[in-house]
Amino acid sequence: MAADTDNTTWVVACAVDDIDEEDVLRFDHEGASYAVYRLAKGFHASDGWCTHEQAHLADGFVVNGEIECPLHQGRFDIVSGKPLSPPVCVKLKTYPVRVDGRSVLIGLPAAGAIDAAKGAT
Amino acid sequence: MSSTPPPGTSKPGLTDETFDDRISEQWYQPRIPRAVLKDLMKRSDAPGLRNFGLWLVLLIASGVVAGLTWGTWWAVPAFFVYGTIYSSSDARWHELAHGTPFKTRWLNDAFYHLSSFMTIREAYWWRWSHARHHTHTYFVERDPEIQVTRPTQVLPIVLDFLALIGGVAEIRKTIRHAFGRVDAVTEAFLPASERPKMIWSSRIYLAVIVATIALAIGLRSFLPLMFVWTPRFYGGWLHQLLGLTQHAGLGVNVKDHRLNTRTVYVNPAFRFLYLNMNYHLEHHLLPMVPFHALPRLHEAIKDQLPPAYPSLYATYREMVPALWKQRRDPAHVIERTLPDPAPGAQSNFTAQPST
Repeated sequence: MAADTDNTTWVVACAVDDIDEEDVLRFDHEGASYAVYRLAKGFHASDGWCTHEQAHLADGFVVNGEIECPLHQGRFDIVSGKPLSPPVCVKLKTYPVRVDGRSVLIGLPAAGAIDAAKGAT
Repeated sequence: MSSTPPPGTSKPGLTDETFDDRISEQWYQPRIPRAVLKDLMKRSDAPGLRNFGLWLVLLIASGVVAGLTWGTWWAVPAFFVYGTIYSSSDARWHELAHGTPFKTRWLNDAFYHLSSFMTIREAYWWRWSHARHHTHTYFVERDPEIQVTRPTQVLPIVLDFLALIGGVAEIRKTIRHAFGRVDAVTEAFLPASERPKMIWSSRIYLAVIVATIALAIGLRSFLPLMFVWTPRFYGGWLHQLLGLTQHAGLGVNVKDHRLNTRTVYVNPAFRFLYLNMNYHLEHHLLPMVPFHALPRLHEAIKDQLPPAYPSLYATYREMVPALWKQRRDPAHVIERTLPDPAPGAQSNFTAQPST
């Protein structure tokens, strides 16, 4: 299920109860893969694959508001995507998240927004 | 320390026509429920503080005793004990590089830099090198930490019981980096942003050692040098004894750690000094599990693994003849028997795309 706003397509990623607190879940959509996190203060989302090498962050470990990659234990700040410890150096792309009833939705760039961004480059 | 020549200078001597196919495969991953894995991955400062605290107490106590016996024959066993405890810094460097012993990051970082200095593994260079080891474990020319090259060269293995190959290579490398000379191999895996950190870190290492040498000259005694860096040589035997069991003689170019990595049961004293890295197969399968949880991980997945070696003796009884044979036949490997997969069993992990 998806709902559009101006430049964002809101996609249902999972149910609220699908993720324990301090944990992460994989969500695949239209050929891309994402990681959805649940922290004490709410839900967050990012790209699924680590920016360092081919490992999915949903196989990693959530600790202190950070996601640790399962392959080399590099860490990102879950809220900002900022790389915090080697060997990760490149920022992780994050996405807005909202909760609608019992559903967790992540905001992905709408197709028109993606086309516009491509045209601007 | 490795018995391997510095990265970039070695050729494997193996011909493997399936290399490219194999390296694009996925690593074998064990089946383990997410809830169990989460519990095993849980971080805490307490186990790390207990282990590292006791280690520091033993290090200081043995150092005091060794210092007091200097000039007598009692200094020989005393420094043997001190050097052995000191060289535990190599196992500590390794575990801290994974960031798992402590939940608090500054504690992890502080002990990481201390252990890296003690064991003569410059902290920034080795953190990145070790990442390659976990990505390409025992893929020849991809893994920079292959302990025993093939065909087997016996002398470097023996000399590295006193770190005479690996330790000397690290000192040379640290000096080169302190003067800003970085080779192409290092530039291939070290991001440009880390290069200045590595150079300044090398300079600090060198400054501490030069100061220690100056103190020794000033006191007209070798004693100060007996406490810093030289213990990694005269006390390096245990780390080489345990470290060789990790991969030596086993398979190469296979994306299954069960075929290229060992778990060996050892006594509690060795496990303490080695931070449970005798559970090396489990460590490679799931490197985010901290050292104190590795025995529990072993129990959880051992039915999916080849049998653990019951002792160091049993390991060496198999490994030494295999390494000897690999002098003439570098394609020879110790073949491990894998358990039959459970019917319908699937990994709980996310598949990695081929690269």
